[in-house]
Amino acid sequence: MIVEIGHFALALALGVAVVQALVPLWGVSRQDTALASVGPAAAITCFLLVALSFAALVSAYVRSDFSVETVVANSHSTQPLIYKITSVWGNHEGSMLLWVLILTLFGALVALSRNSLPMRLRAGTLAAQGLVTVAFLAFVLLTSNPFARLDPAPADGQDLNPILQDLGLAIHPPLLYVGYVGFSITYAFAVAALIDGRIDAVWARAVRPWTLLAWVFLTLGIAMGSYWAYYELGWGGWWFWDPVENASLMPWLAGTALIHSTVVMEKRDALKVWTILLAILTFSLSLLGTFIVRSGVLTSVHSFASDPQRGLFILGILVFFVGGSLALFAWRAPLLRQGGLFAPVSRESALVVNNLFIATACATVFIGTLYPLVLEMITGDKISVGPPFFNATFVPVLVPLLLVLPLGQTLAWKRGDLLGAAQRVLAAFILAILVALALIAFSRGGPVLAPLGVGLGVFLVASALFDIGERVVGRASGVQAMFSRAIGLPRSAWGTAFAHAGVGLTVIGIAASAWSSEAIGVLKQGESLSSGRYTITLDSITPRTGPNFRADVARFKLAAGDRVLAPIEASKRVYTARAMPTTEAGIHTDGLSQAYVALGEAQADGGIAVRFYDKPLILLVWLGAVVMAFGGGLSLTDRRFRLAAPRRAQPRAAIVQPAE
Amino acid sequence: MRRLFALLLLSLFSAEPLRAVQPDEILPNVALEHRAREISGGLRCLVCQNQSIDDSDAPLARDLRILVRERLVAGDSDAAVRDFVVARYGDFVLLSPPFNIRTLLLWAAPFLILALGLAYLWRRSRRLVVPAAASPLSDEERKRVDALMQDERAG
Repeated sequence: MIVEIGHFALALALGVAVVQALVPLWGVSRQDTALASVGPAAAITCFLLVALSFAALVSAYVRSDFSVETVVANSHSTQPLIYKITSVWGNHEGSMLLWVLILTLFGALVALSRNSLPMRLRAGTLAAQGLVTVAFLAFVLLTSNPFARLDPAPADGQDLNPILQDLGLAIHPPLLYVGYVGFSITYAFAVAALIDGRIDAVWARAVRPWTLLAWVFLTLGIAMGSYWAYYELGWGGWWFWDPVENASLMPWLAGTALIHSTVVMEKRDALKVWTILLAILTFSLSLLGTFIVRSGVLTSVHSFASDPQRGLFILGILVFFVGGSLALFAWRAPLLRQGGLFAPVSRESALVVNNLFIATACATVFIGTLYPLVLEMITGDKISVGPPFFNATFVPVLVPLLLVLPLGQTLAWKRGDLLGAAQRVLAAFILAILVALALIAFSRGGPVLAPLGVGLGVFLVASALFDIGERVVGRASGVQAMFSRAIGLPRSAWGTAFAHAGVGLTVIGIAASAWSSEAIGVLKQGESLSSGRYTITLDSITPRTGPNFRADVARFKLAAGDRVLAPIEASKRVYTARAMPTTEAGIHTDGLSQAYVALGEAQADGGIAVRFYDKPLILLVWLGAVVMAFGGGLSLTDRRFRLAAPRRAQPRAAIVQPAE
Repeated sequence: MRRLFALLLLSLFSAEPLRAVQPDEILPNVALEHRAREISGGLRCLVCQNQSIDDSDAPLARDLRILVRERLVAGDSDAAVRDFVVARYGDFVLLSPPFNIRTLLLWAAPFLILALGLAYLWRRSRRLVVPAAASPLSDEERKRVDALMQDERAG
């Protein structure tokens, strides 16, 4: 019964979404305020209905209701509760429902936000959001119903794919989806602005928090996914240029460009047309990502569902929303007036250059991901585009951007002073050179580019810190004055510093991976294997039984030189329901570095094959992303977003006065 | 059907626990082994999803890894080993697609886009010159201003 309520609520939500998509626009065109204000109520109702539906599905999984098809295919009665819940979105149907849930959540948040939007903009935005909701609700109901019943119900389920039975599944997809789907709001705002034919700083200020929010979650989602792949897949890599990874990287890059271009628009009323285009493209890339992942068109380890009917449906959605919005853009964008002139050397120009490089990087990933598909369709030739291609093209595009980033960060708006900016980053630059030189001297004969990469990272971190430091210290004398200056700085200035420092940390982590080392060997009890700075000694292998798996756990002593560290446990599991083996890597975190052990096969002579890595500074890769996201979060709490409403109140007061 | 699904998953997520290179494959010659790893990292495992043979544990990937090592031991250069594998499996086996007429656009696109973008910005920055700060009046202009001012007062 609960399951049917969930299904019914979902169908009802589709009806409400149709209302949300059509009625407000009709109201605006007829100048009917009552009709135009239906949007918020519809958006909130739609969210509540989808939330009810989602809760019903969660309940079916928690109760192990094996009369529901998707529960049978993806859950098992012996699974721990947390994995019963995460199984909800560990499959195609449920993950699409989560997608729609977050989509309607964002619609409801716009409806509830007290950010004083012009009526026409709010109506248009909610209508566009409603239209996206209609499309995806129809997709779930028509092709991917998670509530389908099964008769007769089997005694037990087929278990969730063991690879997915991990805390990563609880965190990664929700974070990623909030990021992906959050960009639907910027898309909806852009479409509304195009319909309205007007766009200004008010628009930019209204859109910026949503863009930042989506970007923060997408950043965390990608970083979490990368770390999950790193420890779960067991071969020590953390980025594979897999199409599914690229699908999440593209909206992230476009979103990063968007964050920077909306700043220019908000502060200087420039780059309007480009910003609108970026807002459309960012969500279009999210849709493309959903298409790639859900249709299985570019098969990869992630696509646990592939079905041509679903693929065609999503392709239709993709063509409609991307094509429709781009057509609207081509028709209406010439109406938007360009404003805000700026000199070739200025903060604005720096941000334009930033946008060019990030957009190029994004295009590189786009072309690399889709080229093999298009080439095969046209000529029938099959080629592979893998990591070597992306390393050879993506990196050269991004490195120049990172090199000039510190300069752009200190340039003034409108008209900057290049020499002055160069002087301000000089200290950071010298520090970076010194670090690189020291590393080159220290690691003679090692990788050549790695010290330069670390130097680049140090340059980014140091210039961000020095920049904010200079603004805090300034000419202030005494700790108290400095403290009050630090408090007085806009949060967005702190956010920028943190985000850019985070980029630097990630760059250091990536560069340092050139020093990682790997050892492969066969170990018997008491035997040792060394890799880089670490040595492991096999202590014991013992069987263990988990709730739904059996495991062989190998225990290793770990030492770094004379230093004895905590022991490492790595295991091989066999999940009973699917008789499927997995490896659980053993990881010891030593400062920012990690020692990483993955088990292989038991050998005929009684030993066990072992892969053992020393991963210096590897944690910086993800820590940098977390710092970036933290910076984004800080910007989100900036005064001007919190105090948007009182600002509108001022002109009103001004109007009242003459009437006295 | 259910068995088929299980098989599909097994092939997707690799049945054997040890990932990739196994201890018995490793060449005693460290330099050769290093070259073998470099080459394997650029060859696609043909039956896997986006994995190099160095990362894969499919039997075919193992065969290819051993083949690469055999060729190296026989004295082939890196390029000769790659050519040998491409001759058997086609360009599809290379994770870094060869530069030719079919992949021209793929390789050129990133740099083309960047160059076009920079050229556009360069032209625009020359068109959009911010008006310079007001320059001081020339003597002639000053005279005309004075004349106008006097007209005003007279009028």
